[in-house]
Amino acid sequence: MEFEILGNKDTRSGFGEGLAELGRTNPDVVALCADLTGSLKMDAFQKENPERFFQAGIAEANMIGLAAGMTIGGKIPYTGTFANFSTGRVYDQIRQSVAYSQKNVKICASHAGLTLGEDGATHQILEDIGMMRMLPNMTVIVPADFNQTKQATIAIAEHNGPVYLRFGRPVMPIFVKPDAKFVIGKADVLAEGTDVTIIACGHLVWKSIEALAILKEKGISAELINMHTIKPLDVQAILASAGKTGCVVTAEEHMMNGGLGEAVSQVLSRELPCPQEYVAVNDSFGESGTPMELMTKYGIDTQDVVNAAMKAIARKA
Amino acid sequence: MENSALEKVASQVRRDIVRMVSAVNSGHPGGSLGCADFLSFLYFEQMNFNAETFDMDGIGEDLFFLSNGHISPVWYSVLARAGYFPVAELGTFRKLSSRLQGHPSTDKKLPGIRMASGSLGQGLSVAAGAAQVKKLTGDQGIVYTLHGDGELQEGQIWEAAMYAAANNVDNLIATIDYNGRQIDGDVEDVMSLGNLAQKWLAFGWEVLEMDGHQFEDIRTKMTAAKALCGKGKPVVIIMKTEMGQGVDYMMGSHKWHGVAPNAEQLTAALAQLEESLGDY
Repeated sequence: MEFEILGNKDTRSGFGEGLAELGRTNPDVVALCADLTGSLKMDAFQKENPERFFQAGIAEANMIGLAAGMTIGGKIPYTGTFANFSTGRVYDQIRQSVAYSQKNVKICASHAGLTLGEDGATHQILEDIGMMRMLPNMTVIVPADFNQTKQATIAIAEHNGPVYLRFGRPVMPIFVKPDAKFVIGKADVLAEGTDVTIIACGHLVWKSIEALAILKEKGISAELINMHTIKPLDVQAILASAGKTGCVVTAEEHMMNGGLGEAVSQVLSRELPCPQEYVAVNDSFGESGTPMELMTKYGIDTQDVVNAAMKAIARKA
Repeated sequence: MENSALEKVASQVRRDIVRMVSAVNSGHPGGSLGCADFLSFLYFEQMNFNAETFDMDGIGEDLFFLSNGHISPVWYSVLARAGYFPVAELGTFRKLSSRLQGHPSTDKKLPGIRMASGSLGQGLSVAAGAAQVKKLTGDQGIVYTLHGDGELQEGQIWEAAMYAAANNVDNLIATIDYNGRQIDGDVEDVMSLGNLAQKWLAFGWEVLEMDGHQFEDIRTKMTAAKALCGKGKPVVIIMKTEMGQGVDYMMGSHKWHGVAPNAEQLTAALAQLEESLGDY
């Protein structure tokens, strides 16, 4: 399968465009931001809908509570701040006022993972997927590129319930078609193969696309699944592919503990035990550096996906 | 409503509270008893609501959020007595599969409750958000909250206080149960709130002080609070109460914050509280 690069943009800009479009099409959507309007690309929504935009200041706990309250009366609040401040800082607020209370809040988190870059480990959260997927009632979405982030931003307005939408800062290739339909919980099979299944999310989907080409040169036929929804997980897609290839690689910009890989392994260990290799950060904080330097240093780059695929294949009995 | 009628409601609510917590040997009678007069007034005189047709959005209604969720017994009793659900259901409090969870929740769909609470400090933010949506949609309803005084030690309260004033959330009336007690002792000893009225004033709120056990004063101050709505500032009422009010051996101490009376103590408590509306 050939991948056409449709452009290069950051996923956060996909969120900004999606939110702006919602502002024009859905009068119930309101947005809140904790002093990061520019970073979250929420400017367009704010400019076009000033009465529906709420500046919360540097007070994220209050912002989550405000958003929960705004659902009462029928609004659909989108909160925006960095992933670190969207989750770890406000876990209890999300737990009680959003997840347990089943409020229709969309927690939109930018600058997730290592690719936030130079700001360093204080801001590079690698535990957020784990925290959010542990919460009952929570849907967890990690779109792969600009187009998919825009599509997911729009799609979650139609889903009645709490959502965690995770995206990032670096400019990355766009490969999802602009008219693709985003379906929560329905994985995209990007490439069909027979030797190994690569299941990736977020920026690691592009890294995995790059890995496909290298693997192909080695004569390896890899199947690639864009698992944009971590919860609810597309179990059928995992089982159908792993049943065919017999081994799996999971790839994510997240801690190995608690992330996509762990979610997939829960499925495989019960339903279809087979070798699985993890491309993820191994129990470590990040540090300052360029996004691409960090992905290489912390083992979540293209070559790491290739190596993991080779290892998984070698482990097949 | 006549003060004598309100007193009858509050007396029955207090009976409900001690019977509920005693039956399951758990729960929080102290603060519940202290807020029985206030919540009775709120639901039987102050607020505009439709108990029989409860829905989550509460459009056109006044809303109430209990931020200090541990005093759920008083809220459950008042909600039942106000017609939100059958009073017999009070007998399920804290029991398996009950809609009356230890702390208020929405997941079991108990009418009257719009937000879970229990982890302290979150209710003011929620209320400010709900109030802003009312303003956005031209809904004339007022949003009320109740907080413990110890709860004000939570930082999120002050985030919300700053936000509500900065954004002119002037359809919001917060009440503080200023009983001076918390689990570990007197609030003054655990962590003093300092000059509480001055703090709220400095945050830009209208501040009223009220005796939480005198219906005439409650009426005067709640009417004044409502009159202050729509004038640009949120309103806070510092309500002086006695933890355990109405049951002599529970008053004057923090010790009955979260301890249920045994059978003998229950009998002694009930002897002090008129069964005015019929026990559940």
